[in-house]
Amino acid sequence: MSKKKLVLVGNGMAGVNVIEHMLKLARDQYEITIFGKEPHPNYNRTLLSSVLAGDTELEAIVLNGWDWYRENGIQLHAGHAVTKIEIENRTVFAEGGLSARYDELILATGSHPFMLPLPGADKEGVIAFRDIQDCETMIETSKKYRKAVVIGGGLLGLEAARGLLNLGMEVEVVHIFDTLMERQLDSEAARMLRMELEKQGMRFLLEKQTERILGKKRVTGLQFKDGFATDADMVVMAVGIRPNVDLARESGIEVNQGVVVDDWMSTSIPGIHAVGECAEHRGIVYGLVAPHREQAAVLAKRLCGVETEPYEGSVTATKLKVSGVDVFSAGEFRDQPGTRSLRIQDEWKGTYKKVVLSGNRIVGGVLFGDTSDSAALFNWIRNGQEMTEEIHASLTGQGDGGSDTGNAARSLALDDQVCDCNRVSKGTILQAIRKQDLKTVDGVKRCTKAGASCGGCQPLVASILQEELGESFDPAPASRTPICSCTDLTRDEVVEAIREKRLTMVKETMNVLGWKNPEGCPKCRPALNYYLGMIWPEEYEDDRTSRIVNEQRHANIQNDGTYSVVPRMYGGVTSPEELRRIADVAEKYQVRMVKVTGGQRLDLLGVKKEDLPRIWEDLGMPSGHAYAKSVRTVKTCVGADFCRFGTQNSIQMGIDIEKKFEGLDTPHKVKMAVSACPRNCAESGIKDLGVVGVEGGWEIYVGGNGGVHLRAADFLCKVKTREEVLEITGAFLQFYRETAEYWERTSTWLEKIGLAAVKKVVVEDKANRKQLLKRLEKTLQNRKDPWEADVNDPEARRTLYKVTRV
Amino acid sequence: MKKVVIGSKEDLPRLTGKAVVIDGVEVAVFRLSNGEVKAVENRCPHRGGPLAEGVVSGEFVFCPLHEWKICLTDGKVQEPDPGCVKTYPVEAEGNEVRVFLAEESVKA
Ligand code: SRM
Ligand SMILES: Cc1cc2nc3c(=O)[nH]c(=O)nc-3n(C[C@H](O)[C@H](O)[C@H](O)COP(=O)(O)OP(=O)(O)OC[C@H]3O[C@@H](n4cnc5c(N)ncnc54)[C@H](O)[C@@H]3O)c2cc1C
Ligand code: SF4
Ligand code: FES
Repeated sequence: MSKKKLVLVGNGMAGVNVIEHMLKLARDQYEITIFGKEPHPNYNRTLLSSVLAGDTELEAIVLNGWDWYRENGIQLHAGHAVTKIEIENRTVFAEGGLSARYDELILATGSHPFMLPLPGADKEGVIAFRDIQDCETMIETSKKYRKAVVIGGGLLGLEAARGLLNLGMEVEVVHIFDTLMERQLDSEAARMLRMELEKQGMRFLLEKQTERILGKKRVTGLQFKDGFATDADMVVMAVGIRPNVDLARESGIEVNQGVVVDDWMSTSIPGIHAVGECAEHRGIVYGLVAPHREQAAVLAKRLCGVETEPYEGSVTATKLKVSGVDVFSAGEFRDQPGTRSLRIQDEWKGTYKKVVLSGNRIVGGVLFGDTSDSAALFNWIRNGQEMTEEIHASLTGQGDGGSDTGNAARSLALDDQVCDCNRVSKGTILQAIRKQDLKTVDGVKRCTKAGASCGGCQPLVASILQEELGESFDPAPASRTPICSCTDLTRDEVVEAIREKRLTMVKETMNVLGWKNPEGCPKCRPALNYYLGMIWPEEYEDDRTSRIVNEQRHANIQNDGTYSVVPRMYGGVTSPEELRRIADVAEKYQVRMVKVTGGQRLDLLGVKKEDLPRIWEDLGMPSGHAYAKSVRTVKTCVGADFCRFGTQNSIQMGIDIEKKFEGLDTPHKVKMAVSACPRNCAESGIKDLGVVGVEGGWEIYVGGNGGVHLRAADFLCKVKTREEVLEITGAFLQFYRETAEYWERTSTWLEKIGLAAVKKVVVEDKANRKQLLKRLEKTLQNRKDPWEADVNDPEARRTLYKVTRV
Repeated sequence: MKKVVIGSKEDLPRLTGKAVVIDGVEVAVFRLSNGEVKAVENRCPHRGGPLAEGVVSGEFVFCPLHEWKICLTDGKVQEPDPGCVKTYPVEAEGNEVRVFLAEESVKA
């Protein structure tokens, strides 16, 4: 008997989920063909928010890659929308002249973003937030333009707004009501949410109705009905979705708001079914993934002839995927006649918990700030659980010593889903913990992908670990990473011990702190040497043998064992005389190459070790520290002296900064730049510390990185004078020196410690700034040029540089 | 076996090595923290890194290029990396450090 033919229209989340189920239930029953309008394999639409926010790569959101279709013998036509269904002939027709016959047909065409029919809505720069293309458009736009306005203060709008903030845009959210997410939150939770988002830099225009979109070809602003207007370089409409029923309607299938389906997900036409956002079941269209999953499971069983309960509708729960804001809402969350509720609000910690009871049954709730109870609460709502003393105690945190989160995990069944993004159940997580001996949230993340996407379920994963491992579970393992395999101690523990026990030497430190490997390794020894120097700036005698190899030789070792020599060129400025000397040296020692570096100075490459001290001597220039974990370069642009846009003397500022801080030991290398206007020709926006001259002052940016983990610097503050720039720079460097782990760039350090903390310590708290500078000054006083020191030390020249020939 | 005096112990730096060229052969000589002196060929089996420039810990040296860990006593590269380097017998007496090379390894 030949296989039956199944055709799926819509290569999205709901439709492909049906296919996934069917492959498990009865692999060979159908010959499957899928048509998808988008030119991509099946991907996780919900993660577009994380992609926009920069937390996830586009490649990482693919659910089923091209291989999956091939391996399962599925014919995929990606990039071909179905244009017509001929019901009599059981055939679909698609773009590009394609067609396919079917025995069973599934419609899963999702929905259209609803675009407000405003005058000007067709202008360039007005978009929706629905697919990969929208996401790419927003990322591109953020590179060229400054300000975005999001229309819609619901889930989607807020996630878009958060993403755009992360992309460095100024963001305003326009909402027609006076509270955000009114379909998920009561007014109290909405108020707390708004305050939190405002703190993150989002601005709100509430109770505003847009009248017109302004601009010629491209959008320039919005005009509201109350006469108010605002500027905009881009408008994102996130006001709702419309089920995509065009195809069904034209084919004569019954359509209301969505494609009407019965409890078996079948439409009015035999052999045609619908699931997902395009389907309307008992008058409801679901716009969330979880209910679609339930629909898909029923339809798949039905198509494979497996017995199943009918689909009778879903209770939905929502989470907002915005980092730093935990919001959960489910069921009937509003007070109504006949309902009572339990409310706990803690304005100090910023948490709010509301559980709504109808009679004595739990029918809905809202959690803000701490969502560790969400899984349990959702289960109670779904099961119509009666309130009990026990549940009450766990909700109010008065349980028998077990933490709230412990309770949250315990009340989950094995097949309850924990991670919605990657569909991981509690059972799968437990199995991984047991089989692979996992101890941390990170471990679970790596092995099961739970918590790897939006991160919202990480507290729940932690509580499952807690439940399984009991006492031995350490909830804060991030801070428990030992500095290397020679010890179990962390950076903070080591630093504290050095202070407390007044340890003053690397060897002694390893000894006293019980290093497993008595002489350490190339990872811990340089770290200890740095911490000791940072803590005892005046007393500590540097231990050269504990420096990284390049710092021991004051040059970068190269692949063939030769070295490179990069002399200091303050602010990238040199002179004919200096260039002549460099040229002479290059010729005299026959260096293999003279190269301009990415740091605005010259590099003599391929130098023999024996020649190093001689070259330094002949050059008579200070070391550029191009090999060291220390202050490297301060790049500058030509600035006000020459450039028609320059507002400040960036060259002099750069030279001043470099002279002040050159050769300062830091946990990792520190690169700086000074530009004289926001065009940023010295690339101040991707430096550990970048300065940008503006009319009447300087802006300071910190935590940028142009290396492995590209990161734009964050705005720290704006100051007026040269002295203030030097002060803020000094205080920032010292705060970094005192709190970062060795080998940690300012970018990762800043993300760990938070911009707010840096602002407070370095900028706002002036007394503290003074203290930092005082401690820094002690270190600065003890610097000496390493090249000069070795040139004048016959012992070092003999033992470290001379090659013996016998 | 050829015996070569390469100088005194004092010429050897601590916790790192020194390259000595003996008749064209590069030998890396190390003075360990317990006073012992070790000699191995100055070429990492990975990509030829000059071992004499590495950091010494106990009886091991870490190659300066990619930090392979090599035992100075038996020449073995430590797990998970493979391979080994040639070791040379050494005598350190009074002020003299002597390295023994097999005749065939000395270039004419
Ligand atoms: C010479 C230079 C390349 C050039 O020809 O232009 C260079 C050369 C090296 N870089 Fe670089 N980097 C050079 C500019 C950069 C830049 C651009 C810049 O500074 O404006 C970057 C990205 C910017 C940044 O760091 O934010 C850069 C990011 C890196 C990284 C990645 C750092 C990170 O945190 O992501 C490393 C690896 C590391 O440090 O661990 C690295 C490491 C290295 C080392 C030292 C590799 C090593 O550990 O031995 C290279 C030495 C080669 C040699 O044989 O001498 N180099 N390196 C540049 C020297 C600039 C200077 O004048 O001091
Ligand atoms: C940014 C964003 C964040 C979200 N976050 C969440 C969240 O956190 N939690 C949650 O539960 N939900 C979330 N959602 C909603 C969720 O993504 C949708 O409910 C879900 O994707 C709907 O699945 P679907 O298969 O019905 O539709 P889709 O996933 O939209 O799939 C439909 C597919 O059919 C294609 N198609 C349409 N017409 C045709 C045709 N004629 N021929 C061929 N192909 C066609 C479309 O191009 C589309 O690819 C989010 C949505 C967005 C946009
Ligand atoms: S990018 Fe930097 S580290 Fe990489 S090869 Fe070039 S110089 Fe070396
Ligand atoms: S060359 Fe020695 S570790 Fe790579």
